Amino acid sequence: MQRIGVFICWCGSNIAATVDVERVSEAIKSEPGVVFSANYQYMCSENGQQLLRNAIKEYHLTGVVVGSCSPRMHEATFRKAAEAEGLNPYMVEIANIREHCSWIHKDREEATEKAIILVRTAIAKVKLNAPLTAGESPVTKRALVIGGGIAGIQAALDIAEAGFEVDIVEKNPTIGGRMAQLDKTFPTLDCAACILTPKMVDCAQSDKIDILTYSEVEDVKGFVGNFKVKIRRKARFVDETKCTGCKICMDNCPSKKGLNEFNMNLNNRPAIYIPFAQAIPNVAVIDPEQCLKLKSGKCGLCQKKCGVGAIDYTMTDKIIEREYGAIVVATGFRPINIDKFNEYGYSENKDVITSLELERLMNAAGPTNGVLLRPSDNTHPKVITFIQCVGSRDLTDCGKPYCSKICCMYTAKHAMLIREKYPDTEVHVFYIDVRCPGKNYDEFYRRACEQYGVDYIKGMVGKVYNQNGKLMVQGSNLIENEQVTIPSDLVVLATAIEPEPSVRKIATLLTASIDTNNFLTEAHPKLKPVESPTAGVYLAGVCQGPKDIPETVSQASACAAKVIGLLVKDSLKTNPCVAQSDESMCNGCSQCANVCAYGAITYIDKEFRLGGGKTETRRVAYVNPAVCQGCGACTVTCPSGAMDLKGFASKQIMSEVEEICRK
Amino acid sequence: MTKQNQIENITRLSGTDPKKCMKCGKCSGRCPAYKDMDIKPHQFVMYLEKGKIEKLLASKAIWNCLSCMECVERCPRGVAPAGVVEAVRDTVKRAIGGNGIKAEDIPPIVDEFIPQQLLVSAYRKYNK
Repeated sequence: MQRIGVFICWCGSNIAATVDVERVSEAIKSEPGVVFSANYQYMCSENGQQLLRNAIKEYHLTGVVVGSCSPRMHEATFRKAAEAEGLNPYMVEIANIREHCSWIHKDREEATEKAIILVRTAIAKVKLNAPLTAGESPVTKRALVIGGGIAGIQAALDIAEAGFEVDIVEKNPTIGGRMAQLDKTFPTLDCAACILTPKMVDCAQSDKIDILTYSEVEDVKGFVGNFKVKIRRKARFVDETKCTGCKICMDNCPSKKGLNEFNMNLNNRPAIYIPFAQAIPNVAVIDPEQCLKLKSGKCGLCQKKCGVGAIDYTMTDKIIEREYGAIVVATGFRPINIDKFNEYGYSENKDVITSLELERLMNAAGPTNGVLLRPSDNTHPKVITFIQCVGSRDLTDCGKPYCSKICCMYTAKHAMLIREKYPDTEVHVFYIDVRCPGKNYDEFYRRACEQYGVDYIKGMVGKVYNQNGKLMVQGSNLIENEQVTIPSDLVVLATAIEPEPSVRKIATLLTASIDTNNFLTEAHPKLKPVESPTAGVYLAGVCQGPKDIPETVSQASACAAKVIGLLVKDSLKTNPCVAQSDESMCNGCSQCANVCAYGAITYIDKEFRLGGGKTETRRVAYVNPAVCQGCGACTVTCPSGAMDLKGFASKQIMSEVEEICRK
Repeated sequence: MTKQNQIENITRLSGTDPKKCMKCGKCSGRCPAYKDMDIKPHQFVMYLEKGKIEKLLASKAIWNCLSCMECVERCPRGVAPAGVVEAVRDTVKRAIGGNGIKAEDIPPIVDEFIPQQLLVSAYRKYNK
């Protein structure tokens, strides 16, 4: 005989204001099998849990139903309380009468009726529950970091610091990412390279970190603690173990027309190149699109000149396979394409540039050696106009609906650096709002206005056109209620940022969810901001949402803490709610194995007794409980009904449906 | 018609939701007729949002707007300032009554230098 206890939570006024909890408790009392029914202000409190424990002891309960908030919140709490009293934790069911009832209804009468039905439904399920025991799976003590920008570097360093091995997979020939392209960083104006390159060197020197540059994640199998990852090591045509980074090949390469990606295509580089002076690894790479030898077979100069014989034109992509316990995604961002914003004339005028291009034009290692010269005629611009929110907060097809978050601060930085270095320059900034929340951030922006005399104009620019060599910037000055036209020498567009497009493929491989803007979704926007909903996958940097360097570094370290917390375990408790095949019903059709996203189902030949001393060998499905994630795809695919999910058996679901339909 | 009805009517005719405006001023930054607008494109949206339609109904700008729709084209939030201008103009015209210009009146007054757009605009303005 089942002995079920039902506990209705008020959740303060969250439930009790809309649901008559007393009436629910009363109505449930008469349900068959229910021996105890009570309600309490906060079931999750110590006292509430004690109420549950006492009732289990006193009434010898065999099943428990708690009518409360979502099971995502407190299922674990109530299961632990039940377990402490000797009841199998999987004999506890939650009826969600908050998110599914009180929060979404206004009518008290209707909400109370619905709450009663939801609780009855949970009772119907718990009656068919069976005690389950969690299994264990081992943890591979190695982490993978996808992306070698500041987020990936920081995460890798912190994980390595705790003594775990970590691989950084970076698709470019060097780690460093976007931060390496920046000139100075706000709000302290320290040089980006000066603070980034020591961390890059630390990565290279760490015996725990393996840097796999010019590589991409090709395939991911497995689950938390046990990922199997295939990595494509793209053909570099230079032997990493031999190249000394002497640059003789670069000096001798006759093909010099390749666009320098590191300098935002503002100048050219040879076909064989090292992206920048502090690149890690300091190893050359050949661009097969530009290399004469690879394209036409004629040349081979770099191979002749290379003193260590590092150049190998026959190199091909290699796939390596490694195992990891945890994965950090840190794929970063890129500025959006602004060709479609023809009002700013970016594609028509060389002197209309993006902010990232300005970073390179200001940088000592950039195409102008740090002297600010405008691209069209290499002269010093005397009037520079910045336009903020280019593509940000923009609901049209060309833009992004979100605020890119970093542009207000970097524009203030650019304006200040220019006024500092070239005091005779006039600097205007068109803005919609100046958003500078953060420690010392608003002070930074105010300094641009007050100390550096930057002219901030509240209003947006309507058009930029070329008139006799001047860029005429026509826009609103909303405070003075005027339309203004500023003849400028250089126009800088604070371009919106978007996630690196490669993140889509990675999200698919990891079954990590992604939002409409291609940002990876966190498990909880407030309380699990660095975890992906996929167990064992963590998010750092702009791949999760727009953020600046301090925030990225914090998030990367938070990721590392989560990874360390996972890798330090020798085994993980597995979810016992996994699929199970009824061998007597399985017809060996393989459909379940085909739909399983985790590769948890294999087929075995098994001997069955037919009676009368006869046996029969049949091919039947076998579910590896350590690999199964309990998604249930196989149960609905199985044509013979042999596959079922423990804890969510078809019988249980159907009894719930029947209960809801019962008048 | 009560004032509230009039506000609702203008909003409906304009096909725009003035609450979507983020007050960036791009419309007025773009407007080629800015100097001749006594009430500026961004103010049309703002006044409608605040219900100050008396100012709009009395404005000269409804006759000076070129209906070039640049403000609609460039608005990052999908607001249509020119739609509001047109809605106000229609409201004023309907109150006056009568038919200003007919399609057949146009050919005799057409000058080859008149831009097509202006004709479309004039037709919008003066025809009911």
